[in-house]
Amino acid sequence: MSTHIGFDFTPPDVPGKVTGEIKYAEDYRREGMVFARLLTSPLPSGRVVGIDASEALRMDGVLGIFTADDLPPVAPPGNPALASEYVTYVGQPILAVAAISEEIAESAIEKIRIDFERRPFVVDPIESLSPGGANAYPEGNVLVRTEEEGPEGAPIRGAEIRDVKWPRAAIDALKSGKEPVGGEFTTEWAFGDVDAGFAEAAAIVEEPFVTIGYPHHSLESRTCMAYWENGKCFFHGSSQSQSANDNGLARMLNIDPADLVFINEATGGGFGSKIGPYPFMAISGNFAKVLNRPLQLRITREQEFYIGSARSGMQGWIKMGVKADGKVSAVDLVIVNDGGMTGGGSHNSSAQHVTVAYQPENMRFRGITVYTNTTPRGAQRGPGQNEMAAVLAPIADKAAKAIGMDRVAFRRVNAIDSDGFQGGSQAPVTSAFVREALDQGMRTFGWNEKQALAKQNGSKVRGLGVGIGFHGAGGRGYDGLVRIGTDGKLYIHSGVGNLGTYSYAGTCRAAAEALQMPWDRCEILRGRTDNNLPHSSGQGGSNTIFTHTRTNWVAAQDAITKLKEIAAQDLGGSADDYEIGDERVFASADPSKGLSYAQAAARAIELGGKYSGQEYPDDINPITQRSVQALAGSGLIGVAKDNIPGQGTPPGILVGFCEIELDKDTGKVEILDYTAVADCGTVVHPKNFDNAMRGGAVWGFGMAGLERHVYDPQNGLPANTGIYQSKPPTYLDVNVNTKMGAVNIPDPQNPTGGRGIGEPTQGAAAAAYASAISDALDGHLFNTAPTTTDMIINHLAGNDYSTKSLKTNTF
Amino acid sequence: MPSYDVMPNMELYQPVRVEDALDIASRYADRGWLVGGGQDTYGWLKDRAKSADALIDLSAIDELRGVRETAEGIEIGALTTLTEIAESALLKQSYSVLSDAAAVVASPQIRNIGTLGGNVSQDVRCWYYRRGLSCYRAGGNLCYADTPQGMNREHSLFETSRCVAAGASDTAPALVALDATMVLRSVDGERTLSAEEYFVGPAVDIENTTALRDGEILTAVRLPKAWANAEFYFEKVADRNVWDFSLVNVAAAFKVSGGNISESRVVCGAVQATPRRLTAIENAIQGKAKGAVTAQSVAGMASEGARALAHNGFKIPLMENLVKRAISA
Repeated sequence: MSTHIGFDFTPPDVPGKVTGEIKYAEDYRREGMVFARLLTSPLPSGRVVGIDASEALRMDGVLGIFTADDLPPVAPPGNPALASEYVTYVGQPILAVAAISEEIAESAIEKIRIDFERRPFVVDPIESLSPGGANAYPEGNVLVRTEEEGPEGAPIRGAEIRDVKWPRAAIDALKSGKEPVGGEFTTEWAFGDVDAGFAEAAAIVEEPFVTIGYPHHSLESRTCMAYWENGKCFFHGSSQSQSANDNGLARMLNIDPADLVFINEATGGGFGSKIGPYPFMAISGNFAKVLNRPLQLRITREQEFYIGSARSGMQGWIKMGVKADGKVSAVDLVIVNDGGMTGGGSHNSSAQHVTVAYQPENMRFRGITVYTNTTPRGAQRGPGQNEMAAVLAPIADKAAKAIGMDRVAFRRVNAIDSDGFQGGSQAPVTSAFVREALDQGMRTFGWNEKQALAKQNGSKVRGLGVGIGFHGAGGRGYDGLVRIGTDGKLYIHSGVGNLGTYSYAGTCRAAAEALQMPWDRCEILRGRTDNNLPHSSGQGGSNTIFTHTRTNWVAAQDAITKLKEIAAQDLGGSADDYEIGDERVFASADPSKGLSYAQAAARAIELGGKYSGQEYPDDINPITQRSVQALAGSGLIGVAKDNIPGQGTPPGILVGFCEIELDKDTGKVEILDYTAVADCGTVVHPKNFDNAMRGGAVWGFGMAGLERHVYDPQNGLPANTGIYQSKPPTYLDVNVNTKMGAVNIPDPQNPTGGRGIGEPTQGAAAAAYASAISDALDGHLFNTAPTTTDMIINHLAGNDYSTKSLKTNTF
Repeated sequence: MPSYDVMPNMELYQPVRVEDALDIASRYADRGWLVGGGQDTYGWLKDRAKSADALIDLSAIDELRGVRETAEGIEIGALTTLTEIAESALLKQSYSVLSDAAAVVASPQIRNIGTLGGNVSQDVRCWYYRRGLSCYRAGGNLCYADTPQGMNREHSLFETSRCVAAGASDTAPALVALDATMVLRSVDGERTLSAEEYFVGPAVDIENTTALRDGEILTAVRLPKAWANAEFYFEKVADRNVWDFSLVNVAAAFKVSGGNISESRVVCGAVQATPRRLTAIENAIQGKAKGAVTAQSVAGMASEGARALAHNGFKIPLMENLVKRAISA
């Protein structure tokens, strides 16, 4: 019987966050510490001709400047920590200045003169693809592979930036909602026979769509502080992840990972922007080494906007065929991604969302990512999937309406189950129970009952919407490490980062569960490399719950095996004759015959070898090996790589139901009800699940209704470089009462039953909200995310509105 | 862009008496920066988009705070916070258009520290201008927003003169609707202006949004008895319900007798640099029944003379709809 999984608890860092005592990277001070600030580009595109820092360097308190010349070169389209010859977006860091105070460093920035040579720039991907359109890089506008793609996660090899232009007819076709025949793509896949699928369709819908990227706005703008002692670099950094940073950050600092102590007790949000080491970490560590002083580099909120990474935008076209019974028979999908200056397009994930949400019988996808002179793009909560969900939901509603089918029923017909597939390769999933989620959500929300309510109330009109969110939610093959001390306590070493989701703590409950340890007898060691942490995944992709309940489970199983072996050695019989309980290992036949965990730990130290970490499995990662070596002889060590058999992607899937009231006088939308049901296996930590559901929903409403980049096409300047300007929704913009649930059917490939759910919480809410707006307006399709107040007013007033041009980043 | 977020070096004065503040303001003239709640100050200074030699912090001057009844009506100290105005029983009872407007400014946190004086004296919202670009309003010779490609969704429909930035205050239209009087003091004494005179557009002064002169301090706002207990309406439409500026707002005051409007003041905000009083509407509805029929018949007049830019055309139907709602309510 479970005592930890599925129960609430208070993660150990919560009190510190409530009282303010917990420390973030910016809070650390070190004797002799100095401060650095960045000088960032005023131009969207140009060449640095000269830098004159002489006046700044003469200022009292200024210690030096640090430029790209002090770092290894980075070839385009890599995202260099500091620009060398070319700048490619407004806000790109060019140099850092160090001084004895932040005030002096900022004053010094004002004294530095940089000569630029201006270059053409572009802020819209379709503009760049158009004949004669400008290119973001001198070399071109698209990264084209010249070799076969390597395995997922492998660095890009055999690729070059080229100048890709589409025929004018293809550009015009895309803008008018037609297939852009003649357009060149860099990603293409298909399954089935798409033409045959359309031929058997009872109805076909064909629509253009556009989504607009936007920044992250983590409350903690990133800060790094580094110092060097005896050849080791101690590095305080704001990051989503912990152990996953070790190797990459060590490479940035040109040191062996064993010489890095990465410290990251708490992080104020990341949402995908801080998964791994980010470029400017290289400045802090290396500048500190050059100056031989502890150095803190804090960036401004505005600079967080510039270099903090952002969601990519999409300009696309979709054609969907549905049969009379509601089954989606064919999908043809084209996506042009806005890659910003780093090319972080996520079109393949957008296409993946289509496959999971509607399980089409036949599908073709073509995509291309185009560089623009805008902020770097990267992961952001459900990158690709969530924005696709937002624009696809009303289009799917139109398809359902075309065959006279209820919108929930349409999704039910096409719902993925445990035999379903995801992605262009039609890869399997570990399990899926979306029909159950739709049924549960429909009942909780009162979908049928609400259909009967009056639609119009004065100037207000009611709309109901339904949406599906999806993200792959789990990985395999990482390590778990636990230790039973001679005090009998369970020490769970976690290399999982603490980005504010508390999944680091939730996953540790798996070890406590397996070893049947009271939670108050467990201690989590984490937050700094020298706490001897195992090799863990990066905290991105909603993977942590699945991935690290498994690693902690296997580590605990290893500890259990060793407990039984030690008992058998000391008390006779074989290991199979023993079991655990009440912090003891004891003989099944005679429970009085046994050892306490504390006694077993003491015996493990005496026995040595594998029992106390002098020996360890061959297949654990070098990061884990170092940690086990450091822990050797300090207790009973449980360590193992997650080799739990199985295959397929563990899916995180959410269905959302939204009821809104849209005021036709003002274009304002009020959310009356939002209900969501997750298919995420067993809910490991209910309170945390609830938080993720609510937070994701709020952001989903922002995606569908408020947030977007705005760039001036005249000068490449971003308009909204602060939080209020970017308009993420506040608690006063959303309904307070939401109903959140889960089907709570265990995933068979996780001993605890859990899968992740963080990312799709946003996509489902965005989709349901967009679906509800369309419903309120009698099926009108805006085909844009976000759909803002002005667009709604313009539609109602019969005005043309600019999103028909498929512009992204501009109105 | 170069980016900053620490305060630049400058003198800081924290007077506790108005007289001392006036002396300092007089001494520094255009190189002094008056600050109350600071919500439209620190961004300018930290961003280095504007600078001053001295910051004159008025927040410790108690006599500039509070809502007081006078023989002529009500006087509100300029440093009275927006929360205090929103919650004032006196105002809610007799001048609710102002308390309603104050209640939807920005966010609860900003209202707790932002002042009436600051809210009505804040600079225009134009992201190009606030970015520190050298536009007309910043002393340059071009406007980045008034172009076919300008990102001008939030900008003005009316009274543009080189600059198309819109006013951002929610309380300013309410003060115009109430025919408020602004009390300005300097070392030379006190002068008063009507709210309509206090706010100035770019054709009059392209670098300032108010008639406040160097060395002067807005010390109080007076609301006349003439408009106490009228029928009021205030509505703000912004993208978000909180921490956002109006796309358009409307403040209206009606004297109604026997169901008919005997006198009215109808004002829209965020459609030009200053609150826009809709006198044509006021004239058209005089003597007419207050209600939907009258509202429908005149709503189109609200936007007469509007010149939409590339992306703010939505403000025209929005403005008409808000005026219609004000008269219908």
